[in-house]
Amino acid sequence: MNPLLLGFDILLSTTLLGLALAALTSREPRRGVILFIAFGLLLALVWARLRAPDLALAEAAIGAGLAGALMLSAARRAVRRR
Amino acid sequence: MKPSNSHAFLIPLLLTAIGALLFWAFWIGVTGYEGERLATLALERVPESGAGNPVTSVLLNFRAYDTLMELAVLLAALLGIWSLGPAAVPYQRAALLLDSLVGWVVPMLIIAGGYLLWVGGHAPGGAFQAGALLGAAGVALALSGRPSAGLPGESRLRVLAALGTLVFVLVGLMLMGLGLGFLTYPPALAKVLILAIETGATLSIGATLAAAFLGGRPRATGAAEP
Repeated sequence: MNPLLLGFDILLSTTLLGLALAALTSREPRRGVILFIAFGLLLALVWARLRAPDLALAEAAIGAGLAGALMLSAARRAVRRR
Repeated sequence: MKPSNSHAFLIPLLLTAIGALLFWAFWIGVTGYEGERLATLALERVPESGAGNPVTSVLLNFRAYDTLMELAVLLAALLGIWSLGPAAVPYQRAALLLDSLVGWVVPMLIIAGGYLLWVGGHAPGGAFQAGALLGAAGVALALSGRPSAGLPGESRLRVLAALGTLVFVLVGLMLMGLGLGFLTYPPALAKVLILAIETGATLSIGATLAAAFLGGRPRATGAAEP
């Protein structure tokens, strides 16, 4: 395997784990959602690396894009209600 | 609400049990059963499924029930959101720059959605991705201050949201009427039927996602703000 690609994969997976932890432990909903969107975009890259372009497309469009937008609007309401 | 302390240890215990179960299932799936794998069987029969793309042929032919249920889940989710009450307060009308950007982005998203829907037959793409792009167009419209996000009035929106499930079930019932199984497409008709189902599903997914972003029953347009 190409050492450059291996390095990229390791970087990708460690960043992904870090983002997941940061998103889960974030105290502020808005911050958590934004971290989640970044997580979704990187996850789409992982699917692309696994040669599953269908899943990469779906993850970027639905997982990061729309789920992120939905959660942001939910966070907006949660703040308003508080 | 805070769980009482006497039961607090149950949660990690339960999570560990679920984790162990998942790991066991994963382990069995990877190492167990060395017989014929479903993937090879499915790949062999892709050419007669009516869709050249293996993913689409699995989603809409070999495991069409799964996809039907996914559409039904989306519909149920939208009904759940609507049951929570009226939509949120609309966003402010966007400034000139964002507004003109939206004017460019929305047609592009609609075209890209149509492209993904068509290309899903033989390459990566498909109804869910295309529907997500249509939904994103709705989100962009909502964010720039259109209170209905480009969606039609409530009675038409209901039809649009149910369209995917409706077309799917109607095709299944029609095939049953022809003496075939529910969703067992005859190879000659498979492509047309899959395209019809995917088109209905795309419209319905797009409408559902955009309506979900509004977050409640659509407000009657032109009605006074409460």
